Amino acid sequence: MIQTQLAIIGGGPAGLCAAISAAESGSKVLLIERNDTLGGQLVKQTHMFFGSEKQYASTRGIDIAKILLDKLEEHKDNITIMKDTTVLGIYEDGVITAMRDEDKYMKIKPEALIVATGASEKFLAFPNNDLPGIYGAGAVQTLMNVHGVKPGNKVLMVGAGNIGLIVSYQLMQAGVKVEAIIDAAPKIGGYLVHASKIRRMGVPIYTSYTVKEAIGSDALEKAIIWKLDEAWKPIAGSEISFDVDVMCVSVGLTPLNELLVMSGCEMQYIPELSGIVPMRNENYQTTVPHIFTAGDSCGVEEASSAMVEGYLAGLCASDHIGNRHPMYEEKKADFINQLEGLRSGPEAAHIRSGVEKSLRR
Amino acid sequence: MIEKTGIPSREQVMDVFPDVERINKGPVAVIECYKEIPCNPCTTSCKFNAIYIGDDINKRPDLSEEKCIGCGVCLSKCPGLAIMVVDGSKSSETVDITIPYEFLPLPKPGEIVDGLDRSGAFIAKVKIIKVLNPKSYDRTPLVTASVDRKYLYDFRNIRLEETL
Ligand SMILES: Cc1cc2nc3c(=O)[nH]c(=O)nc-3n(C[C@H](O)[C@H](O)[C@H](O)COP(=O)(O)OP(=O)(O)OC[C@H]3O[C@@H](n4cnc5c(N)ncnc54)[C@H](O)[C@@H]3O)c2cc1C
Ligand code: SF4
Ligand code: SF4
Repeated sequence: MIQTQLAIIGGGPAGLCAAISAAESGSKVLLIERNDTLGGQLVKQTHMFFGSEKQYASTRGIDIAKILLDKLEEHKDNITIMKDTTVLGIYEDGVITAMRDEDKYMKIKPEALIVATGASEKFLAFPNNDLPGIYGAGAVQTLMNVHGVKPGNKVLMVGAGNIGLIVSYQLMQAGVKVEAIIDAAPKIGGYLVHASKIRRMGVPIYTSYTVKEAIGSDALEKAIIWKLDEAWKPIAGSEISFDVDVMCVSVGLTPLNELLVMSGCEMQYIPELSGIVPMRNENYQTTVPHIFTAGDSCGVEEASSAMVEGYLAGLCASDHIGNRHPMYEEKKADFINQLEGLRSGPEAAHIRSGVEKSLRR
Repeated sequence: MIEKTGIPSREQVMDVFPDVERINKGPVAVIECYKEIPCNPCTTSCKFNAIYIGDDINKRPDLSEEKCIGCGVCLSKCPGLAIMVVDGSKSSETVDITIPYEFLPLPKPGEIVDGLDRSGAFIAKVKIIKVLNPKSYDRTPLVTASVDRKYLYDFRNIRLEETL
């Protein structure tokens, strides 16, 4: 049995910031990540981030990961990193089980725990959606930005949220032709500045369209889309066909938090936060007192908010086990303030309403 | 409609454009950030305090045409690539328009390339006069093209032969 003060599950921006902040509070931290690299979604993002300077706006995602890893390094005396290790379960007695390198099992007993496991991609149901050539946006990004491999030559992008728009742009930068971007919603979901920069490269955006079917014998050869009426019902005769070898499905993320469900935390379905999320207080403490959460796993949002939530959860989880940062109150107020700022605009109205619903006072 | 197509209307474009007298005096930024988003690197990158957003980072950026000297720094810092610089002080027939351009290969000064509008449609051939890609721009190069004045409100992008 491995003993530690604070275990953090997930090495994305939320988990990294939680580790940094907990170490600054004087906690001994064990950071567990299932991949062989830290950074989570950030390592796939070659574009400049939005937000304010405090959350590294205008810096590219991959470079934000480097900044956080450097900060982590400064606290290496207090942080143990365990990569290639997947947490499989959290039990009621507080023990967590993990698997390393596919076959080594271990038990860990932390005094407190932060779950920052991020989110998983939603997929879309349509005939032949299992043909080779049809990928989720995450897979396309991993191929291109991590392995440097082009997924194909001509792409239909399904989803005009920020991720769909950004991945389209990255595909074009890699020399792949994006034939069109479609979205079932009547309006573009992502930021208009992203939409405009793709549109002026000549890529059409079709709103109120969805995929009718994919066609191909061994791999994707054609994608057929059709228009949706006001009741989101497809209109026969409105079909448009694209000769594409790749379809990239980017219809959103949903919080990844089976571990929290398993540990007995109170959960609730909150559509504004994109799925089932844990109930938590302003310290990001769940209804199981020694378990905290941060980032997309408690509501799909942005890296900017994931980082601030991570800092806050690391600070508060440390306090919970008796490691109070000398500037605890000031820091806590600052993080809460930053989160409010990030969530204050019209684009974040759904997040505000979701966060309100998930908050236990 | 921009929410459906990504293409701003002529009214929206005209609304954010400095007037022609200002453009004829020398380089000035045009900020095409049409919707409130939580973002502010344009303000923090401008050493001349020419862009105002204020405490609420969701507000749209407001340009002071007097303070802006058209240096171009904010173009490379804006994650939305929403800003360009226009300069009408060089000639009565053309304007120099500087855009951020993140595609390879980069054009070379003197090269004639396709000028595109906000939908990506071809409008006219334009001549590249400057290409800047210093380290401080962090992989967002700035390209300046000399564009016929009648396309002042249309030009927004370029296309090279080699690119798709
Ligand atoms: C294309 C794209 C563009 C984006 N652009 C922006 C942007 O411009 N600005 C912005 O602010 N945000 C942006 N985001 C969002 C941002 O990347 C995410 O919100 C952010 O990464 C969430 O951080 P996180 O730490 O919660 O989760 P993640 O980054 O997903 O990290 C979770 C980590 O947990 C690990 N993990 C999961 N389960 C386990 C387990 N059981 N055991 C061990 N480890 C586990 C995962 O491997 C992963 O490393 C973008 C996202 C995408 C996909
Ligand atoms: S062009 Fe230069 S002076 Fe003008 S707003 Fe941008 S950074 Fe400021
Ligand atoms: S940096 Fe660009 S996208 Fe962000 S607010 Fe300024 S103009 Fe808009």
